Amino acid sequence: MYTETQIISNSNDELVVNVGPQHPATHGVLHLVITLQGETIKKVEPHLGYIHRSIEKMCESLTYRQFIYASSRMDYLSAHINNHACALAVEKGMQIEVPQRAQYIRVIMDELTRIASHELWWGAMAMDLGAFTPFFYAFREREKITDIMEETCGARLTMNYMVPGGVMTDIHPDFQKKVKEFIELFKSKIDEYDELVTGNIIFQNRTKGVGYLSKADAISYGCTGAVARGSGVSCDIRKLYPYDIYDKVVFDEILETEGDSFARYMVRMREMRESVKIIEQLIDNIPEGEHQAKTKAVLKLPKGDFYTRVETARGELGVYIVSEGATTPYRIKFRSPGFSNLSALDQMARGGKIGDLMATMGTLDLVIPDIDR
Amino acid sequence: MTNEAIKEFVSNALPSATFDESGEFFTIQIEAVQWRPLARLLHSAPYNFDYLFCLTCVDWKTHFTNVYHLTSTDHRRAIVVKAKVDRNDPLIETVSDIWKTAEFHEREVFDLFGVRFKNHPDLRRLILTDDFEGYPLRKDFEDAVNMIKL
Amino acid sequence: MYSLHAITDSIQNWLSVRFSPLWVLIIESLIVIVLAIALFAVLGLVLVWLERKVAAHMQIRLGPNRLGPAGIFQTSADTLKLILKEGLTPDGADKLLFNFAPFIVMIVAMLALAPIAFANGFQIWDVNIGVLYVSAVSSLSVIGILIAGWASNNKYSLLGAMRSGAQIVSYELSAGLSILTIVVLTGSLQISDIVHAQQNGWWLFKGHIPVIIAFVIFLIAATAETNRAPFDLAEAESELTAGFHTEYSGMKFALFFLAEYINIFIVCAIGATLFLGGWMPFHIGDWTQFNHVMDYIPSSIWFFGKTFFLIFLIMWFRWTFPRLRVDQLLTLEWKYLLPISLFNLLLVTVIAIMNWHF
Repeated sequence: MYTETQIISNSNDELVVNVGPQHPATHGVLHLVITLQGETIKKVEPHLGYIHRSIEKMCESLTYRQFIYASSRMDYLSAHINNHACALAVEKGMQIEVPQRAQYIRVIMDELTRIASHELWWGAMAMDLGAFTPFFYAFREREKITDIMEETCGARLTMNYMVPGGVMTDIHPDFQKKVKEFIELFKSKIDEYDELVTGNIIFQNRTKGVGYLSKADAISYGCTGAVARGSGVSCDIRKLYPYDIYDKVVFDEILETEGDSFARYMVRMREMRESVKIIEQLIDNIPEGEHQAKTKAVLKLPKGDFYTRVETARGELGVYIVSEGATTPYRIKFRSPGFSNLSALDQMARGGKIGDLMATMGTLDLVIPDIDR
Repeated sequence: MTNEAIKEFVSNALPSATFDESGEFFTIQIEAVQWRPLARLLHSAPYNFDYLFCLTCVDWKTHFTNVYHLTSTDHRRAIVVKAKVDRNDPLIETVSDIWKTAEFHEREVFDLFGVRFKNHPDLRRLILTDDFEGYPLRKDFEDAVNMIKL
Repeated sequence: MYSLHAITDSIQNWLSVRFSPLWVLIIESLIVIVLAIALFAVLGLVLVWLERKVAAHMQIRLGPNRLGPAGIFQTSADTLKLILKEGLTPDGADKLLFNFAPFIVMIVAMLALAPIAFANGFQIWDVNIGVLYVSAVSSLSVIGILIAGWASNNKYSLLGAMRSGAQIVSYELSAGLSILTIVVLTGSLQISDIVHAQQNGWWLFKGHIPVIIAFVIFLIAATAETNRAPFDLAEAESELTAGFHTEYSGMKFALFFLAEYINIFIVCAIGATLFLGGWMPFHIGDWTQFNHVMDYIPSSIWFFGKTFFLIFLIMWFRWTFPRLRVDQLLTLEWKYLLPISLFNLLLVTVIAIMNWHF
């Protein structure tokens, strides 16, 4: 991966620094080779693969019931939404009708996961900029969500709650009560987050005008999620290609047009409020009924290829299944949001300072297992 | 913008292209050498397929198929292009100058399938180490240590 | 008012009766050295513990709470661990300078302690240029940091050291200028004179708004000079992993760590002495009754109380604010703080000449 010239400084006063694979700001084992001139960044080159497990290859020998759980290990912060994408792909191929109750539960869980993921991002982002306290504030509320998850799904991080045709078990009797309690608490806490970080003058100086990504570039780099929406590209899958009951709930797609780190930050902050809105609409109206459709014991997708997409906390997750009619997929491709978003990092960081790189990387919300798969 | 219109539009430029409307997306099937002219055509007006949201490869044991999922952000319409690539000499032209995201995705496909992309600016292994031998997502890839046959 | 003069004088007399003047000097120096090192050790341990507790309570957690009451012995245990750890020296490092740098930083921190008045009549060296001496000596610590960064032969260290150099040299200016405002008002560089000048009220209250501005600037500059967040660019853990001390481990790292906290103590002690009256109790003009009551609180408590209040402020900054970027840091100093301090100094000079202060 290295050549001698990469390690030694170049002759024209340039300094090549390896950021990572063990570095506090890369949130995992991402390895960036950055070329510096003084403090100014000339080039950023990501090196991947430190946590590559070849999940796509593994899935080729897993059945359609099993492969869903491999996807929890990609973007572990929105494991539930990954599972959702896989379940949707199988349901689309098998044409399984999912009961209403399961759809409601799925969407509520998705939004809870989204809030949990954004909260962790918010804390980590502030930490990238040198403020430690927000991290603990974020975890305080995130813990409430993981408690709710634990009660219903039995797990806190990799929920594995989805099965083709619905959800694995019915919700816990306390679920609705706890979620409502959390929503009430969380509404006041978002304002606290805004007070602590968003309004801070140093924070605004560090993020405004930093890591600029134009709308055309965001499209060309295939960015999705908050990265693209921060540049004014409308790309919310929940709005554009609604799945489950997203077409029945009222919420706004958050768009900011500045394209800088602060815009991406604001998109996520406002998205949390939208998620709260979605949950509020659904939590009291979960219909009675089955939580799982009757499915055959062995699932076989018909021959053909199926592409489903969902909006994870990081952007569009695409699951592309090529089936030969067997019990296992012939080929699976996970189009992960982080991978495309990362490819735009070089464009965004060039010309900035080292500190800007961290601010930009923070707003990309990179989860390395999601990029490496 | 209907399937028929796209069909006519593509047929005019590439008479040998075949179409498949059975799946979810409208699919164009072409040979590897035809890909780059078609890509330029699709990216420009009137359809403006400016958003390459998925690029991958499928190993069919006899040949490879490079699958490109494209969307037009203006028309909100997705199509799929499947380019057939020779398995013995996998070579296809890059589109990384048309869609910048392709640079990364093509490196990944090169890394895991061994498909070479002509004129790619920086075609190196992205995920695996430089001295890794073989292409793990090919169907005939064997790894005695790490792979368990079920 | 309590005074420690009686104790120090009695030791002096007791020694001079029995020994020749040279021996008196040597013995007194030894006592001072022992006291200074003891103070260092205790201060280091207490400040690290305090920082962890303050941080914990701001971050809704408890902090160290296992070793001793409220975890007070946690830092001692950590120090023991650091002493026992192997002190690695990287292969490519300049061995002499690499091992020397932590000591420079430490010695500078120790030197700056000399003229500080800890209590009424308890001062190691009441030199007539006390304030000048402190600001001169404390700016030497940048040399230690630069040497550490350069000798480590590590790019992160080098970047951190260069940042630190630019930062300390810049902020030295506004720190110096805000100190000068008090010197102008007092008319003396001697610490004891400055403290006595605040007999009828602290400068912060006597000197109108310009002194308050100087105090705020001093606090900002002091935070920057001690390389603490939001100005901790020399370490900047999310950017440069650990900045100039990336390659240091064991006791050599502990020396940097200790020196950082001693430096915080020193700048806060200077701030407390100049603006908040040092060991001088809280006096209001000619309210003799009130002043007399205040005098019952020992002067050392006043001094440490004020110093730790300022230390708490600086810790509060650290656990609240994000870090500045390197160019913003320099912009803040050269475009805002320096012009303001210069103008402020002018105002204070006018106040001093016209005798408008209380």
